[in-house]
Amino acid sequence: MGQYSTDDVAPRELGHDPDDPALAEMEDDGTEADGRLMGLERAGAWRLAWWKFKRHKLAVASGILVLLIYFVAAFAEFLAPAAPGDYAARYTYAPPQTLRIWDGEEFGLHVTGYKVEVNPESLAREFVNDPEQKIPVGFFVRGSSYEFWGLFEWDRHLFGPLDPDQPMYLLGADRLGRDMLSRIIYGTRISMTVGLVGVALSLFFGILLGGLSGYYGGHVDNVIQRIIEFLLAIPTIPLWMGLAAAIPPTLPPVQVYFMITIILSLVGWTGLARVVRGRFLAMRNEDFVTAARLDGASEVGLILRHMLPSFASHIIAAVTLAIPVMILSETALSFLGIGLRPPVVSWGVLLQEAQNIRTVATAPWLLLPGMAVVITVLALNFLGDGLRDAADPYSK
Amino acid sequence: MLAYIVKRVLYMIPTLIAISIVAFLLIQLPPGDFVTTLAAEMSQQGDTVDPTTLRMLREQYGLDEPIWTQYWLWISNIVLEGDFGRSFDWDVPVSDLIWNRLGLTLVLSLCALIFTWVISLPIGIYSAVRKYSVGDYVASFLAFVGLAVPNFLLALILMYLAYKFFGISVDGLFSAEYEDAPWSGGKVLDLAQHLIVPVIVLGTSGTAALVRIMRANLLDELYKPYVTTARAKGLSEWRLILRYPVRAALNPFVSTIGWALPELVSGATVTAIVLNLPTTGPLLLRALIAQDVFLAGAMILMLSVLTVIGTLISDLLLAWLDPRIRYK
Amino acid sequence: MTQTSENGTVLSVRDLSVDFPLQKGVLHAVRDVNLDIKRGKTLALVGESGSGKSVSARSLIQLVDSPGRIVSGKVNLFVDGTAADITAMGAKSPHIRAIRGGRIGLIFQEPMSALSPMHKIGDQIDEAIEIHLGLDKKAARKRTVELLRQVEIPNPERMADQYSFEYSGGMRQRVCIAMALACDPDILIADEPTTALDVTTQAEILDLIKRLQEQRGLAVLLITHDMGVVAEVADEVAVMQKGRIVEHGTADEIFYTPKHPYTKRLLGATLKLEHASDHKAGTYDPASEPILKIRNLSKHFGHVGGWFSRAGPSIRAVDDVSFDLHRGENLGIVGESGSGKTTLGRMIMRIIEPTSGEVIYTGSDDKDQDVLALQRKGLKKYHAAVRMIFQDPFASLNPRMTVKQIVGDPLKINNIASGRARDDRVAELLEMVGLSAEMMDRYPHAFSGGQRQRIGIARALALDPRIIIADEATSALDVSIRSQILDLLLDLQKRLDLSFIFIAHDISVVRYFCDRVLVMHKGKLVEIGEAEQVCTTPSKAYTQALISAIPNPDPRNKRMLHRTRFQSEPQAGAEA
Repeated sequence: MGQYSTDDVAPRELGHDPDDPALAEMEDDGTEADGRLMGLERAGAWRLAWWKFKRHKLAVASGILVLLIYFVAAFAEFLAPAAPGDYAARYTYAPPQTLRIWDGEEFGLHVTGYKVEVNPESLAREFVNDPEQKIPVGFFVRGSSYEFWGLFEWDRHLFGPLDPDQPMYLLGADRLGRDMLSRIIYGTRISMTVGLVGVALSLFFGILLGGLSGYYGGHVDNVIQRIIEFLLAIPTIPLWMGLAAAIPPTLPPVQVYFMITIILSLVGWTGLARVVRGRFLAMRNEDFVTAARLDGASEVGLILRHMLPSFASHIIAAVTLAIPVMILSETALSFLGIGLRPPVVSWGVLLQEAQNIRTVATAPWLLLPGMAVVITVLALNFLGDGLRDAADPYSK
Repeated sequence: MLAYIVKRVLYMIPTLIAISIVAFLLIQLPPGDFVTTLAAEMSQQGDTVDPTTLRMLREQYGLDEPIWTQYWLWISNIVLEGDFGRSFDWDVPVSDLIWNRLGLTLVLSLCALIFTWVISLPIGIYSAVRKYSVGDYVASFLAFVGLAVPNFLLALILMYLAYKFFGISVDGLFSAEYEDAPWSGGKVLDLAQHLIVPVIVLGTSGTAALVRIMRANLLDELYKPYVTTARAKGLSEWRLILRYPVRAALNPFVSTIGWALPELVSGATVTAIVLNLPTTGPLLLRALIAQDVFLAGAMILMLSVLTVIGTLISDLLLAWLDPRIRYK
Repeated sequence: MTQTSENGTVLSVRDLSVDFPLQKGVLHAVRDVNLDIKRGKTLALVGESGSGKSVSARSLIQLVDSPGRIVSGKVNLFVDGTAADITAMGAKSPHIRAIRGGRIGLIFQEPMSALSPMHKIGDQIDEAIEIHLGLDKKAARKRTVELLRQVEIPNPERMADQYSFEYSGGMRQRVCIAMALACDPDILIADEPTTALDVTTQAEILDLIKRLQEQRGLAVLLITHDMGVVAEVADEVAVMQKGRIVEHGTADEIFYTPKHPYTKRLLGATLKLEHASDHKAGTYDPASEPILKIRNLSKHFGHVGGWFSRAGPSIRAVDDVSFDLHRGENLGIVGESGSGKTTLGRMIMRIIEPTSGEVIYTGSDDKDQDVLALQRKGLKKYHAAVRMIFQDPFASLNPRMTVKQIVGDPLKINNIASGRARDDRVAELLEMVGLSAEMMDRYPHAFSGGQRQRIGIARALALDPRIIIADEATSALDVSIRSQILDLLLDLQKRLDLSFIFIAHDISVVRYFCDRVLVMHKGKLVEIGEAEQVCTTPSKAYTQALISAIPNPDPRNKRMLHRTRFQSEPQAGAEA
């Protein structure tokens, strides 16, 4: 960087400062810019935003994690060793096994088996890991068959016990001897899509109403603002509970699922609508929008070509931050027993099993779906934070 | 200022009316009514259901009237006589059930609010002033984690830990001996001890959110010219930070009470169910599931009123704090 | 009073350097700066934006924004005959705090944001007094009121209990001065103290500083970019460029015998704007039929009362203004902030709908059009013939579009050219405004302010307009770039059949560029006439006051201090 100076302008974070006096100099002596700026000057907003986002390492890592989680949701059947409903009463509350390669004598991927012991204090029967027993596991093993995406039937799983009849509970088993790992993997699909579908609905209402509100202003704005204020004045959880309790228990699971997402987005859209409205209001009076209007651009052209691109990135960030809220809400509702219900498997439904503290004390691994929630929400929040910072590549 | 208060209070009225309608419609949403549920339960237990009895029950509770008449009866009784109707499920007047619980809910929420403020303010200020320091990173990370852990999960974990390591159960708000005892010093102390875990559970996510908000607000203010002016006056660093930018950053912070209090009240619902607290939460859940309409309706209404009042308080506080609003 | 060194120096700066460590390398904001600030004298530090003058000033009391830091040099403050090195003190030490506000007072450019909106004015001044002089609350307030009186705040006892948003811009700057001088400092550093103010307010503030300086024997360091202000008030001048002081001397030396080429260029650009341009196209014929007739145009911004608030009186932003624009004419509209000049321009474009009045445009087919009655299609045509250039070169270009898209958009929307033909036209337009056609794939962030303004001009020219309304088109630019842009516009006028409405607060720019000038004050038209006549021998009292308040870049012929004053109507406390 040359020996130039700056006044009050705080040094910007981008590669160079648009106010760069070195550039101003060019004008004076009419020389062309040197190669120093190649690339940057031809970089559009999305590329600048990407560069800015990339510097946020935690957000990038979280982004990768989020992609992985959605990958798990998409390929749950294949990734889960067992079907979510497979039960084995023999293995009620079996603890997590240890996965080992070396058993002291020879190599070979295996998990330890179980033996039953009587707890000397409580005199209750308990499973304990038995290092003597060896259950060999492998990749691409045969297991219960499933219909993959409704396309074809298959019975291969990414990994599992070589003998499908032998137990493998890497994360323990629940009350009915169902594999927690498999259930968490299947739960990923429901919990993650509830977030997506709910946010998609919120986004639709939010952009539509927020856009109308911000673009037309005046009475339209007033009415929509009052509606939003009113919705915000109703306490969220009682409202959700009231609506969720109104879903008839006889409804098929798929419909319950959609009812729940609609209920969640009923409140969720207000936040997005506020973001969109604020952006529209600010943007409407921007000089470059006025300039485009004077160029003869139509209203639709103004919105699509000038206003939307300017805040699309903000919306993406807001959406990313809205998904975890949805996930947390679904989890809470299902946990209370008024959201999704078995046999649907979501993280909240799984956590319902952990409602009783004595059960949790004997089988703490029942709390593991909670870990999945926390990790997912964390990753989405970090990602959203990074996206929000990168959303405006022209800010300081 | 007085005009502003009057204006804000008057604005509340249409909101409250609308809320009462929504609360009423909400409890009318499920197909069938309390009598249907009762009949279903009875036939499940093998009892014969006499249609005449059912009709009489319906008449007695006014369930056969058109919906607007039912609403009018309900709301006029509440407003004019303070009569919330009778709980079908418990067979006692609703007001006998809710006031005590509402009071405890409020106590719990206020304690959580104070906890939240006491913790989040200093951490938020520190985080902003020492931006990118180790302390800031730690605080920010914890805040993110705090936001990601659902209340009920935290409650479960704390309960599990208390049970596992201390062998105690931390649910409820009173020990057995004080449960039905009249209020006394001992009972208050007992309540205070039992409040610790619920307050931590309830306050955590709020604290996390407020740390982030305070940090962001203060960062917006810290580099404004008036701070440099104050520095050029020769003020010491901490004094000027507390007196100027923190003062300004408090404004948006205060406006968060508007949602913090209602959020706590409504968040307390889930926590209370897990921790088995004698607050409104478990009662509301049970009433909703049993379609105990008057009880559920009364509670949704009261919680909504609390929300509206919370918003009002934060608006008034904001006006009191910020001369620009006051003078408008 | 402080003992000074032998020649009256109270603060001496030696080899001061300030660095800003950035991600890619280090920015040397200030290099080896030497200054001597003397008792009772004013030293002006002059330079364009980015010269490092502000950073230099702030580093004198260790107030450089992070990540900047002083890397070398000494700042010696002479206290009782001994020198104390400020750079050796910790940035948060009690020693430096005793100097800030106590020995050295500082005032800033933006009086709007330099005061806390949350605290009463009086409390903010009291605070400084309590810290440095150790007075109690009551005594401090007494002193505060006295100070407010000295800076000519009317009714100081009452005003001390008000908030900054109840003060006008000029009054806030007076408060800042009162605060900076509250503890009798020896030195006042004024960082662009009048840049955000109107010229008449600027004159009053500079007057005030001068008067206080004489009363107290203050040493003043004035940071400014305006050579006119320098000529009016400075005893000595240091010219700064790219972090270095390139020339140093008495005001007379700098203005009459400048040595460094940069000083000469800076002066040249300033002096060039002191008279009418010799570039003018000269196509203006006052006898010709006007192409734009404005008749009784008004805009009232009403307070629509809500349920509980009374309907306030409506503000007449523009009040019954009429004038003509002739073919080939450059008409200037001047006025201070709040005069309604921008609203007037926007009403002609119909960005703002007028409350009443007429705008008649005579098209190239010699037919009169009632602009205010135009519907969508007609308005689109009108907007092709009457174009606009905006003030802020950063906000007026969509940062997400390439230059090609920005300049080509009007061609596309109006179906004038497409594909190759459009690209060729864009290239032609860019070259017309002095940019290279190769730049068209770049985004606006790759250009400087002046270059961006050229892009904005190219966009305005894209539709072969007949009239261009330029709203403060050069006020965001440095003085040297300002004249380049004006010359470009005059040059374009010679080649194309153009008329300009040039809205500005800067009279020298209007005088340089325009044939006729229209003066506005509080929404009303005060005076309209030949540019040279209005700018030199105005007939109306308001214009006389306005013109005489403009700093004259000639230290031997100070104009501002002998200015005439204009009292519109006696108003308590309102001045901006």
